[in-house]
Amino acid sequence: MSAHEGAIRSGASVTQSADRFAPFSARRIFVIGGIALILCGMILGDIFAAFILHPNANRIGENLLAATRAVASHDPQAAGAAFQNIGGLLENRGTKVDAHSHMIGFGYIALLFALLQPYVAFSESAKKFLAKLFLSGAILLPVGVFLIHYVGLAGSPFAAIGWASVFADLGGFFVWVVCLCELAGLAKYFRLQTPVRTSDELLSDRSWPARALLSGGTILVLIGFLHGSYYAGTHLFRYEARDSELLSAMTTRAAAGDSAAALQAVADYGRLQGAKAVNVAAHAHVIEFGILAILLAFFQPYIFLREKWRRIWAVVLLIGSLALPVFVLLELQWGLLAGGFADVGGLLVIVALFAMLVGIWRYTGKIDSAAAS
Amino acid sequence: MRTSRKLLIFGGLALAIWGMGYGIWYAVFIEHQTLDGLGSALATGFMRAAENRLTESQAALADATSRSFVYVRQVDAHGHWIGLGLLLLILGIAFDRVEFGERIRVYLAIALLAGAVIFPLGVLLETWNRGMGPQAIAVSGSALVILGLSGTAWGFARSNS
Repeated sequence: MSAHEGAIRSGASVTQSADRFAPFSARRIFVIGGIALILCGMILGDIFAAFILHPNANRIGENLLAATRAVASHDPQAAGAAFQNIGGLLENRGTKVDAHSHMIGFGYIALLFALLQPYVAFSESAKKFLAKLFLSGAILLPVGVFLIHYVGLAGSPFAAIGWASVFADLGGFFVWVVCLCELAGLAKYFRLQTPVRTSDELLSDRSWPARALLSGGTILVLIGFLHGSYYAGTHLFRYEARDSELLSAMTTRAAAGDSAAALQAVADYGRLQGAKAVNVAAHAHVIEFGILAILLAFFQPYIFLREKWRRIWAVVLLIGSLALPVFVLLELQWGLLAGGFADVGGLLVIVALFAMLVGIWRYTGKIDSAAAS
Repeated sequence: MRTSRKLLIFGGLALAIWGMGYGIWYAVFIEHQTLDGLGSALATGFMRAAENRLTESQAALADATSRSFVYVRQVDAHGHWIGLGLLLLILGIAFDRVEFGERIRVYLAIALLAGAVIFPLGVLLETWNRGMGPQAIAVSGSALVILGLSGTAWGFARSNS
């Protein structure tokens, strides 16, 4: 039995932990719900990347090509139809990306709120209500966004907003309201004359996996910021100008009957979109994984696995967190091979996260039985 | 709770709430219309080109480019405010582990919070003014965040050693 487990099994620690991590407590709802949201979001992202992203990009390219050919053959109806298809494909891609990123983002917020629960000066029932409202909104928004492409404007009284969007916005509103309430709860805690300032084992853990995740996560976030600054400083405006030039070249060259130049512009446009997409994806993912690592550092005391396995999952998570964005960036040079390695990186993160969730589940059971006896 | 932690926790949560509120407002009142307009301008650009009305075609494509420029920055500002807010909140929770004196920790917290506010603000201002001013604001903000983050990572590393 490790020192960590020993500490957990001591009566004082058990009682303290059981108070804060009791069955159906706000903190437990936030922790389990948060990790489940992150896992679902990541699995959705991996499925999207592996099976939808590339075929979708190819179909967009084919339709752009069709639009350019329609310009060359002076067929405005065909050009319009091609863009209608592109609009549908972009909406399909955009809503999938939004559902994926919002689910993960809300998972992070849930974990954060779990950490802050001892400092939110509301009754436990009020905190539980807020936790449930948060999870309702955190599920409603991505599910609504996911359905936008399929529901469209069917039965909607609005000109541009369908029912799926309305429910998605309602979900966002729920989350926003909970955030405001949690802020008010924190303010109330600090306004109290004699607040109960108890130590929280989550914030005082100095185990090896916690330190590795905290340092590794901070470094990942820093790498993401440096990459983002480099991209914004050297590529962003150049890419936007090039984007405009290529759209102009497609139409003017095709209208002038220079099909070769028009088709070249379409091919260059596709490569430019690819370059933009991999840079943005690498930047976003390395920062998100960094934040995830930092958050998970705090929850190490709740992961009821042997020290050796907690170390292994921490390292696996950090390796996957670095591998995914690096191989996403390499997709421009290595193509689908790098895409495959990036998916493996994502899978490593998912496996490590799932293992930690299992550990938290096991820990919960131990505490419950110990506290009950 | 120390001042540096308060700055990061309250500042981060307030910034995340602001970013979400901005995102909801944008999604409800502007985003759908912007995307419809963007798609319509692109289609018009190609259809007018097919009709050999190249001046109108180029005007429509320029309109699409301009709409895309604004859309990208609106979404970036929303996403970065929330993301940075959460990051500040997380760092605030762990800030006692940054092995510096409280004075340096306060400076780091101020740099992080100021950077997190003005970096997306600069990005958003680019939609109203395409000059160097908003870009300079965005660059200053990101430099402050990087500076604060580097200091924090160093502080964590000192704590580990």
